[in-house]
Amino acid sequence: MAYKTIVEDNIDILVAGAGLGGTGAAFEARYWGQDKKIVIAEKANIDRSGAVAQGLYAINCYMGTRFGENNPEDHVRYARIDLMGMVREDLLFDMARHVDSTVHQFEEWGLPIMRDPKTGAYQREGRWQIMIHGESYKPIVAEAAKKSADKVFNRICVTHLLMDDAKENRVAGAVGFNVRTGNYHVFKAKTVIVGAGGASNIFRPRSVGEGAGRVWYAPWSSGSAYGLMIQAGAKMTQMENRIVLARFKDGYGPVGAYFLHLKTYTQNAYGEEYESKWFPELQKMVGKEYLDPEASHLTHRPIPTCLRNHALICEVNAGRGPIHMVTMEAFQDPHLEEIGWHNFLGMTVGQAVLWAATDVNPKYENPELTTSEPYVMGSHATGSGAWCSGPEDVSPPEYFWGYNRMTTVEGLFGAGDAVGGTPHAFSSGSFTEGRLAAKAACKYIDDGKAEGIRVSQEQIDRRKAEIYKPLEHYKIFRNEIVAGDVNPNYINPRQGLDRLQKLMDEYGGGATVNYMTNDKLLNIGLKKLKTLEEDLDKIGAENIHELLRAWELKHRVLTSESVLQHTLFRKETRWPGYYYRGDAMKLDDENWHVLTVSRRDPETGEYTMEKAPLYHLVSESEEAA
Amino acid sequence: MHIDPTLRRAYNIEPNMCWECYSCVKACPMDAIDVRGYADFAPLGHSVRVQRDEEKGVIAWRIKSRNGETDLNLLAPITTKPWGKAIPQLKDEAGPTQEERDSQLLFNEPKYIRMDDGDIHTLESAGLKMKSGVYY
Ligand SMILES: Cc1cc2nc3c(=O)[nH]c(=O)nc-3n(C[C@H](O)[C@H](O)[C@H](O)COP(=O)(O)OP(=O)(O)OC[C@H]3O[C@@H](n4cnc5c(N)ncnc54)[C@H](O)[C@@H]3O)c2cc1C
Ligand code: SF4
Ligand code: SF4
Repeated sequence: MAYKTIVEDNIDILVAGAGLGGTGAAFEARYWGQDKKIVIAEKANIDRSGAVAQGLYAINCYMGTRFGENNPEDHVRYARIDLMGMVREDLLFDMARHVDSTVHQFEEWGLPIMRDPKTGAYQREGRWQIMIHGESYKPIVAEAAKKSADKVFNRICVTHLLMDDAKENRVAGAVGFNVRTGNYHVFKAKTVIVGAGGASNIFRPRSVGEGAGRVWYAPWSSGSAYGLMIQAGAKMTQMENRIVLARFKDGYGPVGAYFLHLKTYTQNAYGEEYESKWFPELQKMVGKEYLDPEASHLTHRPIPTCLRNHALICEVNAGRGPIHMVTMEAFQDPHLEEIGWHNFLGMTVGQAVLWAATDVNPKYENPELTTSEPYVMGSHATGSGAWCSGPEDVSPPEYFWGYNRMTTVEGLFGAGDAVGGTPHAFSSGSFTEGRLAAKAACKYIDDGKAEGIRVSQEQIDRRKAEIYKPLEHYKIFRNEIVAGDVNPNYINPRQGLDRLQKLMDEYGGGATVNYMTNDKLLNIGLKKLKTLEEDLDKIGAENIHELLRAWELKHRVLTSESVLQHTLFRKETRWPGYYYRGDAMKLDDENWHVLTVSRRDPETGEYTMEKAPLYHLVSESEEAA
Repeated sequence: MHIDPTLRRAYNIEPNMCWECYSCVKACPMDAIDVRGYADFAPLGHSVRVQRDEEKGVIAWRIKSRNGETDLNLLAPITTKPWGKAIPQLKDEAGPTQEERDSQLLFNEPKYIRMDDGDIHTLESAGLKMKSGVYY
């Protein structure tokens, strides 16, 4: 093969994927490791990579203790109720107590944060969100990461982590290839911080044809954070906790600012309020602890996002769709109208394109909302990801094994979507988690934990052969192409992705089956996934671009298997509105007030599942915190 | 985006994996890239164009609807500082003490948490503890 092998040796901290989590890690690592070698390997170009490529119009996680607004424990309670109790409160508390310092630095670096002209405090969109002019949010944090890193390798798709050949279960770097030159890159590192983001496109999207890429989470979020860590044998948690979003139809435009700042609201096709109608039945499914509209009304306790989805889904199924966002009132104010458009341009340009193309004028027409296909990630209103150690001053013994944000693989850390149990971190919280992981990684090295790492040539060669196999396969069999893409000996990445999306949708509880699944369906899904995995061994890639798609697909498949295994394990419907277990439609706190933890044996591919205890932050006086 | 060697034009090699994020549009120094909405739900005849200027620190948008009734020019700041200048080089900062290494603090903390002398939150300072079970 004509591709060169390029080895980068003696790395102390390798950041694999530099979105919000990875940039935070690279930046902070320089402070605690001033003489350490910090290297970034990023699939795209760091200036615009990741979920924040387009920018953001709000920072969704900011306490404002400086302005006397909220304390970290308030945020923990909020995330906990929103996720129906299932969060890692140690990790959340830790993120929340640091997140403001991250945001204050962003402002100092030039990120335009809006201020409330009356109070001088940051302009609030909601209790946790502050408004920004964030078109250049990603380029700004990328500058910070570039200043700290010794080297940034753009356009490297990381495919595998390297493991130490001297000590079991210890990481030793990563490998991948350049998506432009095709060269093989080997990064030998003492620690790796994975920030490779969540997973879009594992469930069939509602979008079709040319617009199939118009999904909510970025199409390049290939589940690589999960794929990399699962392959290395790291334990995962809450992978069943996929998220479904209620968003503007087709454009996936954000609704947060509309609800919170512009004070718009939803109604059914006949102009009626519908949510409250569905709550009495729903309360019977989930219990009063989780849904108590009266208490919510009195105390402003939020109604969990999934439960509001549930009402929307039920109303549409009852034949009273579509659901509309009532904009006609708010948009009579020209100032609010402008904010509405800016909100799209700053973070979801496609929604502005859609309204322009379909002549939607929200002043005269209430646009449609719908629920999205499911996504798997760990920093938005959901908490899938790796099972990580918390900080020593907060975490109980079951949640602590030495280094903050370290996975169950030694020297392997995570940030952002990669870390499980930490929903509602968002952009600022993901960056903060990167900072925490970086400090811990430096300490891990300084404590001598990374001594004596050895990577055999055999491992490097084996991975190389594996990476380029799809190109080989294509070359061998291309003469048997029957027509277009049809070949009896291999499938191409697009065909594989279509198969994955279809089976996840139909068996795993996707949009076309109204998010419904059960034990039988899940078992069939797992069986079909296994044969897809076998076919992936024979995947063909015509060129380097297809090779990228092939590896993204492999990461997506690993993520999907984990999702199905977890969904099968948790025998209850914990988050109606995200998904339903038809064979266990009720929330079951007696058996399932626990976190789910899995491990896939890297040798055999076998899954083991376990329950981990849930700890809650309670005030010392023991009254309900 | 790739370049077509015959036509010598840039083109999107995989529209159905495009997020319509406009990163390529913003990055092109010649304003050579235009976007039309996806064929499967966006009728023809609209336009959303953009110009981003790091020097001036602003981004300018123009939105034109298909029927021409909406024609908006919108301007937003993208930074408040000269580009990249306000970010510290941490290699040159005074390094952390051992005490700081052993603490829970990050760079610039505790100062930057509240921008005053307040300290970092701990379970103790907040009067909290972690308890296993169903408690809320
Ligand atoms: C539509 C949308 C709206 C949002 N709105 C808000 C909001 O208003 N406010 C807010 O605060 N947050 C918001 N968020 C959430 C926020 O964007 C995420 O929480 C945050 O970006 C997660 O950070 P991350 O580092 O885990 O992932 P990302 O930022 O996505 O970074 C992942 C990185 O890994 C790279 N990568 C992926 N695979 C590989 C591989 N195999 N090898 C190497 N590199 C790889 C990617 O290129 C990318 O750079 C929004 C997200 C979306 C999608
Ligand atoms: S709009 Fe975004 S996703 Fe689409 S081609 Fe341009 S940079 Fe790529
Ligand atoms: S002019 Fe623009 S579109 Fe053409 S190659 Fe340069 S950046 Fe790409």
